[in-house]
Amino acid sequence: MSLPVILFFLCGALAVAGAILLIAAREPIHSALALILVMVALAVLYLLLGAPFVAAVQIIVYAGAIMVLFVFVIMLLNMGVEERTDFSQIAKYFGIPLGGVLIVWAAYWLLHSRPAAAIGTGSGMEASSTRGLSTLLFRQYLFPFEATSILILIAILGALVLARKEE
Amino acid sequence: MEFISQHPVLVASIIKIAVLLFIVMTALAYLTWMERKLIAHIQSRWGPYFVGAHGLLQPLADGIKFLFKEDVTPPGADKFAYLLAPFLALSLGMTAIALIPFGPPSVLIPFLNQQAFSVADVGIGLMMVFAITAMGVYGVALAGWSSNSKYPLMGGLRSSAQMISYEVSLTMSVVGVVLVAGSLNFNEIISNQSGYWHYVPFIPKWNFGPQIIGFLCYLTAAIAETNRVPFDLPEAETELVAGFHTEYSSFKFAMFFMAEYANMITVSCLATILFFGGWLSPFPDSWKWQLFLPGAGLVLLGIYCAWDTLTEMRGIARLQLSVVTLLCLGGGLLCLVPQVAQVIQGPFWFTTKILVILFFYIWLRATLPRFRYDQLMSFGWKLLLPVSLANLVLTAGYFAFKWTRHG
Repeated sequence: MSLPVILFFLCGALAVAGAILLIAAREPIHSALALILVMVALAVLYLLLGAPFVAAVQIIVYAGAIMVLFVFVIMLLNMGVEERTDFSQIAKYFGIPLGGVLIVWAAYWLLHSRPAAAIGTGSGMEASSTRGLSTLLFRQYLFPFEATSILILIAILGALVLARKEE
Repeated sequence: MEFISQHPVLVASIIKIAVLLFIVMTALAYLTWMERKLIAHIQSRWGPYFVGAHGLLQPLADGIKFLFKEDVTPPGADKFAYLLAPFLALSLGMTAIALIPFGPPSVLIPFLNQQAFSVADVGIGLMMVFAITAMGVYGVALAGWSSNSKYPLMGGLRSSAQMISYEVSLTMSVVGVVLVAGSLNFNEIISNQSGYWHYVPFIPKWNFGPQIIGFLCYLTAAIAETNRVPFDLPEAETELVAGFHTEYSSFKFAMFFMAEYANMITVSCLATILFFGGWLSPFPDSWKWQLFLPGAGLVLLGIYCAWDTLTEMRGIARLQLSVVTLLCLGGGLLCLVPQVAQVIQGPFWFTTKILVILFFYIWLRATLPRFRYDQLMSFGWKLLLPVSLANLVLTAGYFAFKWTRHG
């Protein structure tokens, strides 16, 4: 196995472990740390795919700004250990089977899709240079890009409405 | 040998990382010496003097002391985060230095044909450095939270707020330079600054001139980002004992200490690359005598040390000074060999510029009082950010005008 493939499996495993730890940890700060681990592992995966700019932005925006805010708020409120509630009945009877179906479906889809570009070569990726990425984002995929930003704007407004005190 | 010829990148990287680690660790140790000495002299004191000649062995003594101190973990501390914090702080501080080019990319390591003066020449080096330094907040924040104590928590909170606030201005202030160079790669940013102004032929075409607003914003934000005076509120000793690292002792404290100095070095390297032409010489290429500047400087230092040896009273200090003298004279003579002089030209100018910026840093510490917390926040958001944004708009407007005029 070559070095990029080993790195791919290592970071993939780290990302999955971090995601599980995020849900399982009882201390809010540990959950936040696990989420940071997921972000950084994903950034390494982007690097392996030959998109260093996306990787750097991933770390700067998610790990460097958003998660810092999370950690800051958790520290500011000095939150204690989470309390565990009983397992939700809906989750028990619908959630677990649905999760199983999703995993099987994803595995089937992955096995039958056409092989992607080889890891570590970055071949066939126009996003490898900063200029190529901006051309893709602001020409070819302009509509999805704008749609996403409007979605985020709506989410911010929704958060404001939810957080507002009842007069 | 076969392995070496098959994996030149891997072997070269390992060699470069080992050498860089050694140099940076030594530089960190002697930066503390330089700071104490300079501040002492600014305040009319002697500073460290008794451990070795001129206190030259003081960093070593400090290191040994840190190693042998008892390592206390406060009760109720979150063990994992408490251990992770100093490790994160130091490792991130050191990693960013790996992306810095200390000399021209044309100098290669013999037999391996790899760049000698930068561990990783990444296409988007600037973004990568910011990505790594952006993670540095966690060291401080986690240290403050995990200590399970009031003062560190306050220090950690303050410093995360401060670092998030000033990181915005820090990043904004360098976008102007990226626009000028049209690249995020360090070597391209540096080579873009070579040459001289058309109308003033003796001033090199560094970004320092046209991006003066950006430079001032960068310098201010960088000092705040590294938690140095006058922005050292996270460890304001009059209010918070020692801020986020109050509960840390022994070598974990030393790791925070080293991380702070590593960040100072990173920030100075960035300032040198972005605004002062990196490894470029300020003199024209036709002035051949500049090749012998580093050697001549070292020989002069050696002669001064020799004179100092003769006037020194203590026997041990005399011995140490004579060793320093021999090192300086030998190194100086080696640097006078034309081939060697050619190779070390880039690193020589780079180091000189970094030392000037570090001197400025220390000078500030000896001069300025500390900001109040509300002053700090309003300064960062109400003055620094608008000014750096204005600089960005001005630069972008200039280029938009230029490109529409000249195509």
